[in-house]
Amino acid sequence: MTFVDDYPAAAKITRWQFLVAFAALGVGGLFGLIQALHRTGVFRGFVSSGDYYTVLTGHGVLLALVFTTFFLSGLFTWGVTRSLERDLPNPTRVKVWFGMLLAGTILAAVTILGGLVPSMPFEADVLFTFYAPLQAHPAFYVGLVLLIVGSWLIGAEWILTFREWRAENPDSRIPLQTFMVMATMLMWYLSTLGVAVEVLFFLLPWSLGLIGTVDPLLTRTLFWYFGHPVVYFWLMPAYFVWYTILPKLSGGRLFSDPLARIVFVLFLLLSTPVGFHHQYLDPGIPSGFKFLAMTNTMFLLLPSLLTAFTVVASMEHGARQRGGQGRLAWLKSLPWDNPAFAGCALAGLMFAAGGFSGMINAGMNINYLIHNTLWVPGHFHLTVGTATALTFMAISYWLVPQVTGKKLRWRGVATIQPYVWFLGMGLMSNAMHRAGLVGVPRRTAEPQYQNIDFGGVVGGIGEMRVQIALGGTLLFVALALFLGVMGATWLGHRGGTLRVNGSIPEPLSGSEHAPKVLDNLRLWLAVAALLVVIAYGLPLWGLASDGLLAPGSSPVPVSLLP
Amino acid sequence: MEIHRFEKGWLFASVLLIVGFVATVTYGGVVGGVQMVDDAGGQVFADDPVNSPNFEDPGVYRSGPGEYDVYVVAKRFAFEPGSESPIRVPAGSNVTFYVASADVVHGFEVVGTNVNAMAIPGQIARLEVRFDEAAEYGIVCNEYCGAAHHTMAGQLHVVPQDEFDGGNVTEAP
Repeated sequence: MTFVDDYPAAAKITRWQFLVAFAALGVGGLFGLIQALHRTGVFRGFVSSGDYYTVLTGHGVLLALVFTTFFLSGLFTWGVTRSLERDLPNPTRVKVWFGMLLAGTILAAVTILGGLVPSMPFEADVLFTFYAPLQAHPAFYVGLVLLIVGSWLIGAEWILTFREWRAENPDSRIPLQTFMVMATMLMWYLSTLGVAVEVLFFLLPWSLGLIGTVDPLLTRTLFWYFGHPVVYFWLMPAYFVWYTILPKLSGGRLFSDPLARIVFVLFLLLSTPVGFHHQYLDPGIPSGFKFLAMTNTMFLLLPSLLTAFTVVASMEHGARQRGGQGRLAWLKSLPWDNPAFAGCALAGLMFAAGGFSGMINAGMNINYLIHNTLWVPGHFHLTVGTATALTFMAISYWLVPQVTGKKLRWRGVATIQPYVWFLGMGLMSNAMHRAGLVGVPRRTAEPQYQNIDFGGVVGGIGEMRVQIALGGTLLFVALALFLGVMGATWLGHRGGTLRVNGSIPEPLSGSEHAPKVLDNLRLWLAVAALLVVIAYGLPLWGLASDGLLAPGSSPVPVSLLP
Repeated sequence: MEIHRFEKGWLFASVLLIVGFVATVTYGGVVGGVQMVDDAGGQVFADDPVNSPNFEDPGVYRSGPGEYDVYVVAKRFAFEPGSESPIRVPAGSNVTFYVASADVVHGFEVVGTNVNAMAIPGQIARLEVRFDEAAEYGIVCNEYCGAAHHTMAGQLHVVPQDEFDGGNVTEAP
């Protein structure tokens, strides 16, 4: 039996979530192509340089917030249902929350796209970070609130499912997939408090004219309180796939269940008290707080380094089960022609590179060299743009057949797709990193300044531009291939053999080896909250004690030209 | 709980790497003297930095022998001074930048150097820099600030000491 037959209600919700995620991926990806060609000066006929920022806002919001949130909602709905072996308690209610997320998405997207249509009276060219005092139309902030609250309510459904299961199984270990979903969502509740306060108490009333000013540094700090953990909200679902599905796709089983639990507990504890590492170069924040955040950030490397070990060990185990031998020759025995496997493995490889550039970002003083340069998007296109996005695409090849009951079509296209993405991202990201090292700024429609020479690096600016434009084009091609495969699969007929199934073999070292305390989620949430109070208590008090709205900035609507 | 011996080794190496990173940053700060932009610059009126008590008119000030203070206002879409005419300081001097924004969040990046800070309305970013050699640098705004953000740039000229006429310099008050 496949998932869609066992749990039809959960499968339906997962399908809807995936559908919105793929639509956002298509539009956001098209925007990415426009940016790559515009920035590099290869082709500037799509939009004016002023409207570039509308496209950039759309790219960030649709991919980083909408695509990720919807996809992981589907993935986690599947994971919780499958691993607890029970359907969601109230599917109708979940549909309401889904509608809320969708309404928020449409509201935010329409407001952003209004920037491209002069006759539409609303704009939101404030980018994905929406720093005050640049101000968007109130509908943009309302859309954000609906997205955040919708994600809370969907998460609550998974928690309710878990509690029902717990009542019936008081002494069992939490199944690994559900454990991972719970850890991720607790982290999410804790960290979205920052952005919820920022939008609900400051930006929304300010955009409606209810309050006259906001403190740009306070709202920015609240944003980054959320802005780093959101990165882990994107990554933890990819880890969920790498830990629980990738070992099976490799032909083996997970190396260690206890280590997987430890890693997710570490993410819950350390994801939030690190936000100041995005504000190393901000005035108004004492350096001691920055140093504390830097230390926490460095320790946040630990769960990712542990993951690298476990994932590679699990893959090696799988390869040896398939007859692989030798020190490295076992790599050849992995199923590189299976797009679900190849995509996840390539995503993991790129994540390793992204991890190293992230260590540079985290290094408080070396950060001066690369802060707000093209290095930074070069970095996060390896992390969220590949570790997360390519893993999500890859696992769709495995999961979509199970939630639709339809066989994967265009398998040949699917087989080459992860490699096209890998090649495109390799070209684009290496050039972005190197351009950042010589000071080319990010978030700029035309980084070709008169009288400014970006020099002194291997290659040259011209060569980097070619790589960025070519890489961006290949990425879009890979995206189109993916959407083609999904479309063909979705429109295909049901029936026949799926060639995939959702059974997951037990880990080599199972949950019986994991200390019981790891499953004490209340304890870990309390410790996480304590760490947040330590990292954020004093600095937030310092920013708020001179008046919540002071020093106060009047709004600068994005439609206003100086 | 059982941890494989390879994994123990990996764990040990990972922790060593992390401690090493924290140690290098600490070394850079304590021994190398790399200071972070912080709250030392103080605050200004968010909408009107120039008329704030602790901010001077935009320009270059001599505060001592070989010591200069540069007050820069970032405003959509120019640096004052910097965009209309270059900021000029002599080589071999210690320069303290005080950067404030008059409207939205901007960046102040001297291209190809470590001089890089955010200009956030209401706050002064204070940066101490030593320029040993004569050179011409570009300045770019590296934070999105509006539809013409990509035009916001300027110049910093570090001129040889014997060519520096000090014509743009005011004595510090």
